Amino acid sequence: MIRFTDVHKRFGPKVVLDGLTLDIPDGQTTVIIGFSGTGKSVALKHIVGLLAPDAGTVEVDGRVVHELSPDALGALRGEIGYVFQFAALFDSLSVGANIRLGLARRGLDEATIQARIAESLALVDLPGAEARFPAELSGGMRKRVGIARAIALRPRYILYDEPTTGLDPVTSAVIDGLMVRARQELGTTGVVVTHDMRSAYTVGDRIAMLYQGRIRQVGTIAEIQATDDPVVRNFIEGRPFDPDALPVEATA
Amino acid sequence: MPIFTTAVEPGLPARVVTRVGRSAVTAARALADVRTWLPHLVPQMRRLGVDSVPIALFIATFTGIVLALLSKYIFTGAVPLYFVGALVGKTIMMELGPVLTGLALAGRVGANIAAEVGTMRVTEQVDALETLAYNPNSYLVVPRVLAGVLMFPVITALAILLGVVAGWITAVNLLDLSTLEFVKGLKLFYKFKDIWFGLIKAASFGAAVTLAGCLMGLRTSGGAEGVGRNTTRAVVLGCEAILVLDAFWALVLL
Repeated sequence: MIRFTDVHKRFGPKVVLDGLTLDIPDGQTTVIIGFSGTGKSVALKHIVGLLAPDAGTVEVDGRVVHELSPDALGALRGEIGYVFQFAALFDSLSVGANIRLGLARRGLDEATIQARIAESLALVDLPGAEARFPAELSGGMRKRVGIARAIALRPRYILYDEPTTGLDPVTSAVIDGLMVRARQELGTTGVVVTHDMRSAYTVGDRIAMLYQGRIRQVGTIAEIQATDDPVVRNFIEGRPFDPDALPVEATA
Repeated sequence: MPIFTTAVEPGLPARVVTRVGRSAVTAARALADVRTWLPHLVPQMRRLGVDSVPIALFIATFTGIVLALLSKYIFTGAVPLYFVGALVGKTIMMELGPVLTGLALAGRVGANIAAEVGTMRVTEQVDALETLAYNPNSYLVVPRVLAGVLMFPVITALAILLGVVAGWITAVNLLDLSTLEFVKGLKLFYKFKDIWFGLIKAASFGAAVTLAGCLMGLRTSGGAEGVGRNTTRAVVLGCEAILVLDAFWALVLL
């Protein structure tokens, strides 16, 4: 289980997280939605210790991430796969070598590494793409390789940072399908950061809306779709709104 | 609620000591992770070192030629001409060989590293390394710095050799100096220290240039503009470090 408790984070004068509290239960996919620049990706980076909170704690299975020793943090990262917004593939390495990197770190034997690479590429419908280089791939294919790199590690958790941003609707649907498949076939707990509501409804078991640095509402898809919170409703329906024009109780 | 402030700011000396201590621990941890950096050492030695040989030799050749011509002009008959060999040898071995090679490589190698690592930083490849449980210092910094420390002296040695040869060829062909006279001058004030002094400097320049490149690369933010800005900073920082180290070694070793 991943738990955010009163997490604060700011960059210079800009407050990004302002008391974020959220539980992410095991075995489900929790989708964090919110406007661009509201700190969704920042929250995600706290889970793997890429960022440390200014105040508050982020726990993964009871381990406070920013208090872990480098070795313990390395072990924790071994349990978490991270799919970056723009895939973050290593340009100088082939697709196979990109996936191999994480596997080699875990000291697996060569046969297992080869098998994992082939399996993970098959799972994202890119069998035989080992020798290709990132520059030869489309945006959607790069994201699929990013997912393959994450799932090859057989992680307990997979964190997806804006997995469908910048993709056409068909490719987005393919990526959504892969995320659902990863949870069903590998049993991983997923955390997806997105502002794509169609994707959120497809892959999520629970949806949490991050607004002004804290969770505005969290619930099942049905609960979110039935919300009477004007901020959440305007967001999920894609209607522009002025926060200053909301009733006082709605902005609190 | 005082979430973002600390009660007492530590003084400058305490901050410096803390920072140096943390850097030492970080460096020791990165160096200890041999399994990560060792496979990248030889490729980096080839990329940063071998590929830099042509520019270093080009500079050394013309430095040798100019030094020989310059010494003739300076001596103007007042000093025996065989001193050309002494001036060319001594100057290239102890100063111009290491420093000019270092400055040239600060541009080539420092910019190369800063742009590469900076691009990796802004495209989240460095973050990706961390999520795969790699220490970016072990994976990116250590092999580059070690390659710099090992290869800068090799390149400098070649540059010194070629610079002296260029000076000799110039002296023989343009200054009416015989080979024996040039060699006599070359041996006149030669000490073995001249060589190792130059090579120690070159090793330290290698460390400074590669560290500047890595440091600026890892600190890059702000997309392509940030990569350009920090690449320039890496070159400037590398050049400044070379000049400061040059003075430092002169004070300490001479």
